[in-house]
Amino acid sequence: MEMVINCHENNMLRFARAHPEVLVLSADLGTSCEVKQFRSCLPDRYLTMGIAEQNMCSWAAGLCREGYRPFLHTFAVFLYRRILDQVEMSVAYPNLPVVFVGFVPGITTPGGVSHQSINDVAVMRSVPNMAVLDIGDATEIEGVLDLAYAYNGPVYIRMLRKEVPRLFPADHPMEFNRARLLSRGTDLLLLSSSICTEEAMRATAVLRERGVSIQHMHVSTLKPFTDPALLQAARETRYGVITIENHLKIGGLGSAMADLMAEHGVQKRLVKIGLDGYAHGASKLYLMKKYGLDAMNVVLACESLLGDSTGITEADLAAARFEDFLEV
Amino acid sequence: MEHTTLSAIEKTAGNIRKQILKIALDRGGCYLAQACSSAEIVATLYMEVLNLGPSQGAWRPAPFPGVPGPDNMDYQKGALYNGLPSPDRDRLFVSCCHYASVIYSALAATGRICPDCMDKFNVDGWNMEMIGAEHSPGFENTAGSLGQTISIAAGTAHARKRRAETGRVFCLVGDGELQEGQTWECIQAASYYKLDNFVVVVDANGQQVEGAVDQQMALEPLAARFSAFGAECVTCNGHAPEEIAAAANAEHAGKPLVILCRTRGTTGVPPLEKRWPHLHFVRISDAERAEFQAVYEGM
Repeated sequence: MEMVINCHENNMLRFARAHPEVLVLSADLGTSCEVKQFRSCLPDRYLTMGIAEQNMCSWAAGLCREGYRPFLHTFAVFLYRRILDQVEMSVAYPNLPVVFVGFVPGITTPGGVSHQSINDVAVMRSVPNMAVLDIGDATEIEGVLDLAYAYNGPVYIRMLRKEVPRLFPADHPMEFNRARLLSRGTDLLLLSSSICTEEAMRATAVLRERGVSIQHMHVSTLKPFTDPALLQAARETRYGVITIENHLKIGGLGSAMADLMAEHGVQKRLVKIGLDGYAHGASKLYLMKKYGLDAMNVVLACESLLGDSTGITEADLAAARFEDFLEV
Repeated sequence: MEHTTLSAIEKTAGNIRKQILKIALDRGGCYLAQACSSAEIVATLYMEVLNLGPSQGAWRPAPFPGVPGPDNMDYQKGALYNGLPSPDRDRLFVSCCHYASVIYSALAATGRICPDCMDKFNVDGWNMEMIGAEHSPGFENTAGSLGQTISIAAGTAHARKRRAETGRVFCLVGDGELQEGQTWECIQAASYYKLDNFVVVVDANGQQVEGAVDQQMALEPLAARFSAFGAECVTCNGHAPEEIAAAANAEHAGKPLVILCRTRGTTGVPPLEKRWPHLHFVRISDAERAEFQAVYEGM
């Protein structure tokens, strides 16, 4: 699998050069959020706001009211948990097109509980006017800034950094509010987001070999959540739906799908794979395994819905490689 | 300041107090003390300090135009009452948005909205809300959560400085809200970016919801604090229009300017002294009514 390095670093520069009103605001984590090169190439458009996220958010609202397009860069956790009131009153209420580029989402950081944005999707989905995008691979990193720019309102992005796999063809860019069909099947529907999609792909490859007909869709737009293809897939699948996400089980992809199914009377089981509570500081691979955000858990969920064993073991799943993030 | 200007500002300030005392009498209560402390500040800003274009807002109050959203961005913005933005014009942000009645009264007194607009003040379904927001006449933004508007105003000033516009950005704040940490994040950033087009006007009336400011939290010495954070700070008597106007003209090259207006929330309405500093929202009981009515009639 192709691994792409510092994809956002290059894309942010390309994007900003195409749009002169775009500014990057950083709260002292720019070097950890792939805008170090941006600062040296476009210093006049890189605003250091210090370790002061509340002011950064409201200041961005002022810049935005004057026609600039601010892209706030820091860790995801500091863009929703720490400054929710500023997000809501300074930006979301007046529906300003400020973009929150949140890095190291969920358990992709060994920085521990203070750095892990485990309920950001739940919180930001509940903010009126806010769109929520969850990045899954390098192709999506390359496409997401243009989608955020085109949206009429504020956008929250869960961004990935450093070595990121290219799971989707580079010539098939991310589409707003459209799930990406990765494999077709009739028995089960599997929805995945963020780093969990790579795990889900590993599981579906082995499941298909064992004769399980599974439809896998990657979901990167978590709000709005009105893609008709998701509802249709839920209606058509035989045994039930599985969701896997780099997030708490409450309020994220699984909850959004549960709402959609319930509101449309889709009477099927839903198995949600995600976090049950706070995590702690350790490597991504360790945490994914510890909290069950992995291929084996997808297989177990499938077996639960099918009411039958597939015979798949951990050894069968150990094919695709992973890169671990060791820096905070 | 010319004598005629001074007397016109003083007369307007008196009318603002009178109008809001009337609301307190008619409806049993109002943010009266804030009107008493800030009447000269707001009148001086509108009549002497601010360089504003003519109002572009509707002459009469309007129904609430709906919450902003993708399908509702063209509603009438409150800032239209301060004229259209242009590079040489000033802008006014009001952080202490429970002063809304003062702003509406000042707009009426300066011919920016109809004289009887206060008939719709705090009336359900109208845009003249008790605490102003984006759509309320005279308001740039939604400021009810304290400490945010100063940063929004500074971000606006930063944008305008980048474009080399000559107009200034003013932000009116109370003193109690300076306890919010975001205020100081903002001043340090405004200092870092050398926002010499940014002016913070403080109505330092020494009172907040639970009582006197100095009985809630350590805030003084305010002027020294602002200076230490990199601003130019000028202290003045907030009931003296000529002092406020002179402070707004102070040199502040390469720095934001803070005008610290020392005021008292009982000014012009002496019966309020009896309950100072518990003046956040003044309710007039039946027993007190005659006393306040007499003050009103003497205005």
